[in-house]
Amino acid sequence: MTAASTATVAREAPVAPPRRGLLSPTNLRRWENFKANRRGYWSFWLFMILFVLSLFAEFIANDRPLIASYKGEILFPVVINYPEEKFGGFLAETDYRSDFIQDEIKANGWMIWPPIRYSYDTANSNIPHSAPTKPFWLMDSQERCSGYPQGVNDPQCVTGNLNWLGTDDQARDVTARMIYGFRISVLFGLALTIASAIVGVTAGAIQGYFGGWTDLLMQRFIEIWSSMPVLYILLIIAAVLPPGFFVLLGVMLLFSWTSFVGVVRAEFLRARNFEYVRAARALGVGNWTIMYRHLLPNAMVATLTFLPFILSGSITTLTSLDFLGFGMPPGSASLGEMIAQGKKNLQAPWLGLAAFFTMSIMLSLLIFVGEAVRDAFDPRKTFR
Amino acid sequence: MSAPLLSIRNLSVAFHQGGKTSLAVENVSFDIARGEVVALVGESGSGKSVSANSILDLLPHPAASYPSGEILFKGKDLLKADDATLRKVRGNDITMIFQEPMTSLNPLHSIEKQIGEILKLHQQIEGPPARTRILELLQQVGIREPEKRLKAYPHELSGGQRQRVMIAMALANRPELLIADEPTTALDVTVQAQILELLRGLKSEHGMAMLFITHDLGIVRKFADRVCVMTRGRIVETGPVEEVFTNPQHEYTRHLLSAEPTGEPPPADDSKPIVMEGKDVRVWFPIKAGFLRKVVDHVKAVDGIDLQLRAGQTLGVVGESGSGKTTLGLALTRLISSKGRIAFVGQDIERYSFGEMRPLRRQMQIVFQDPFGSLSPRMSVADIIAEGLLVHEPSLSFEERDRRVCWALEEVNLDPTTRWRYPHEFSGGQRQRIAIARAMVLKPRFVMLDEPTSALDMSVQAQVVDLLRNLQAKHDLAYLFISHDLRVVKALSNHVIVMRFGKVVEQGPAEGIFAKPREDYTRALMAAAFNLEAVPVGGVKQ
Repeated sequence: MTAASTATVAREAPVAPPRRGLLSPTNLRRWENFKANRRGYWSFWLFMILFVLSLFAEFIANDRPLIASYKGEILFPVVINYPEEKFGGFLAETDYRSDFIQDEIKANGWMIWPPIRYSYDTANSNIPHSAPTKPFWLMDSQERCSGYPQGVNDPQCVTGNLNWLGTDDQARDVTARMIYGFRISVLFGLALTIASAIVGVTAGAIQGYFGGWTDLLMQRFIEIWSSMPVLYILLIIAAVLPPGFFVLLGVMLLFSWTSFVGVVRAEFLRARNFEYVRAARALGVGNWTIMYRHLLPNAMVATLTFLPFILSGSITTLTSLDFLGFGMPPGSASLGEMIAQGKKNLQAPWLGLAAFFTMSIMLSLLIFVGEAVRDAFDPRKTFR
Repeated sequence: MSAPLLSIRNLSVAFHQGGKTSLAVENVSFDIARGEVVALVGESGSGKSVSANSILDLLPHPAASYPSGEILFKGKDLLKADDATLRKVRGNDITMIFQEPMTSLNPLHSIEKQIGEILKLHQQIEGPPARTRILELLQQVGIREPEKRLKAYPHELSGGQRQRVMIAMALANRPELLIADEPTTALDVTVQAQILELLRGLKSEHGMAMLFITHDLGIVRKFADRVCVMTRGRIVETGPVEEVFTNPQHEYTRHLLSAEPTGEPPPADDSKPIVMEGKDVRVWFPIKAGFLRKVVDHVKAVDGIDLQLRAGQTLGVVGESGSGKTTLGLALTRLISSKGRIAFVGQDIERYSFGEMRPLRRQMQIVFQDPFGSLSPRMSVADIIAEGLLVHEPSLSFEERDRRVCWALEEVNLDPTTRWRYPHEFSGGQRQRIAIARAMVLKPRFVMLDEPTSALDMSVQAQVVDLLRNLQAKHDLAYLFISHDLRVVKALSNHVIVMRFGKVVEQGPAEGIFAKPREDYTRALMAAAFNLEAVPVGGVKQ
C-alpha cells in the first residue's frame, strides 16, 4: 500500500461512524414485536409506573412532613433528621405526629404532609377501636374520628391520617406497609435476578465454551448443588446469621444462579463451533474476548427471555420466607408478613386481601411482561 | 399438444414484514407438459424457490400472500383449493425434494417408517404390502441391500443416500410432477452426478414431469428440456435448452452463461521461498471403547501427507467430503493438534502453544466456506475486519485502524463507505469478499481457503476466483485451496493433491493431473465435475 492511496481512501471515506439510532435494526424489530403484544406492553408501563412511584415511597407515605416552616426557617424533615430540641423537646428524633410538635410548628409556621401520614412502622395511636382497625370507608364519620380527643371536630382527623386500608394488629397503616413492601419485594427480586444472572451466565459460559472435563465436573457439581433442600438450608442459616436484606440475598443467590446455567451452556456449546467463532480463533483472538464479543450476544437472548420469570420467582420466594417468619427482620415492611397477619386475623380480611392483591397484580404484570419479552425475542414470531 | 400438466399464470408472491411489503415473485408464467423437465435457473434470491414452494402452498402464512395469478394443475387452480384438496395433491400428484438432505428427513424415524407414512397417508397401504413396496422403491433409487437399510436412521446414511431416500419418498405415490429444489447443491460432485443419473433414469421409466430448480447451468444443459431464467422475481427468458444456450436473447442469460470460473493460475516460480511445509502430517482421532475408555482404534482423518507450498503459488486440495481435506488445513494452521513436522516460513510450529502461535497467526489466515456463518451478525463490517488488527497491532490509533480497514475493503473491490453496515445487508458474494478482506487486512503470507466458492452462485464464484488470483499476484500470497469443485481448482492451482480417506491418491503439478490423471479415482472426480457423469458403483462413495 502506498501513502498516496491511503490518503485518497481517507479523503473519500468518512472516518467517524454514522450516527445510528439508539437501537440496532434487530433490537428495533424486537421493540416493535414487544409493543405488538398489547397486554405485555401496557403491563410493562403499568409496572414501571408503580415501581418508580414506590421508589419514592418516602414522599408518598411517611410520618414526617415533606416541608415545614418553623420560625422563618424552611425545613425538609423528609430527608433531614432534625433533633427534637430544635422544636423545644429533648429526644434525638422528632416525632412530628405528636400533638406537642404539631402545635409548636403550627404556632410558628406551617408544614406540608405527604398524602399518607404514616410510614411502614408508624403505629396509629388514635385508632377508633382495637387493632386491627377497619379501613376508614367502612366506618361512619363519627366512628372513624372517635379515637381523637375532639371527635369529628379534631383537626387531626383528616384524610392523610385515616387508614385507607385499615391497620394491622400493631396499629400500623396497611397502605404504607403495602407500598414499602412492594418496593422491597421488587428491589430484592431485581437484585437477586441480576446477581444470579451474572454468576449463572459466567458459569454457563465457561462450561459451554471449554467443554470437556470443565463441563463435566461443573455439571456434576451443579446437579448435586441443586438437589439440596433450599428451604431447609435457609432455615438453618436463618437460625445462625442475623436475618437481613443482604444475608437473605446472599443465601438465596447461592442456589438461584443454577437456573441460568442450562440455557447459557447450551447456547455456548452450539455457538462455539460457528464459523465466525472459528474465524476469530484463527485470527488469534483470545478465549475471553471471543466469549464476550462473539458468544455472549447469542446467549443474551435466552437469558433475557428468562429474566422476568426468575424475577417473579425470587419475589415469591422472599414472600414465602417472610410468611414463615424466616425472612426480613421483624418490623420491616414485607408482604409475606402481611399475609401471615391476615392468616392470624381472619376477622380483618383487609389484611389478607391487600397482600393478596398486591402480590397477584405484581406477579401477573411481571408474567405478562415476560410473555411479551419472549415474543419479542422470537425470530419466527410474526404479527399482522 | 394437449393441455399442460401444470400451468402457472401471472403468479406474484408478496412478503409482509414489519409493515413493509416486498414482491418476491412478479408475474411469473410458465407451463410444464407431461413428461417434460423444466429447469428454473437463477441466482439465490431470484425467487425461484419461492415460485416452486407456492405451487404446493408451502409458504409461511400470513407473511406471504398472492396478489395475483393462478396455478393450474390438470385444470384445477391450486391457489384457490382448500386445505383438504391440497393435502391430496401434496405427496401424491406433486412431490418435492429439497436441497438439504441432512435436515429434510426426520432424525427420529427409521427409513421404513418415513416412506411407509406416505404410503399409508395416500394409498392406505400398511403392513407387509407396504414393506414390499418400500423395498422396491429403495431398489429403484439405487440403495444397495435395502433389506438391511429399512431399520436405519438418517444419521446412519451418507448425504447421497439420504437424498436417495428423499427421492424414494417422493416417488412412493407415482407422482405426475416432481419438484426438485436444488437437489444436488449440498452434495459432492461425484454424488451429484449419481443423483442426476438416477433422476434421469426414473424420469424416463415413469414418464413424470419435473420442475428442476438450480443455479448450475451445467446441470440444466445436461438434464432439462426447457429452461426458464429468473432474476429479481421475473422470468426474463424461456425456451428450449438448446436454443437458450446457443442463442441467449436476454443480457442476464448471457451474463450467467459467461460466468463459469475460468483462467489459469499464474506460473509457478520455484525460486520463491517455501512458506508452508508438511512432512508426514497425521491427524488421528482416537476411538474409545469399554468401561475404561481404552483407545481401541483411530479414525485416520489425515494420514501421512507431505506437502510444500511456495510464496505466490496455490496448492489445491481436492476430495469428496470426509476425505480429510479441511482437517489437513486446520492441522497446518495449528487449529487442531496433529503429528508430523509442520514448518511455516522455516519455523517448526508443530509444538507451538496457542500463545506462541499468536504472533504467527497474522501471517496465516483462513477464509471459510460459508459466508453467512463466518461473519458475526452482531458486528459491523468495520469491526469484523478490524478484529485481527486489535489483536496483532493493538498500538494502532482509531484513525489508522480505520484507514487499514478501508484499504482492505478496496483490495477486495468493495466500497469502503459501506463499512458501518452489518453483514446481513450484503449478498453472499459480498460477504465472502468481506471475509477475504478480514484475512487481507493483516497482510498474511499464507491463506487457507476452505471451499471459499462452494456456497456461492456460479457467476459470483467466477468473480471471487478472479479476485483471489489478483490478490495472489499482487501480494505474493501462498494459498492452500481446499475444494471439491475441480473447475475452481483448475482455475487457481499450480499443484494439486487428490485426497481420499485421509491419504494422498495423486499429487503433482496441476497441468499434469488435469491433462493426464493416473488414478481411477481422479478420473472419476473429473468426469463428475466437468461432464456430470457418474462412474460405476465402487469407484467413488455412494
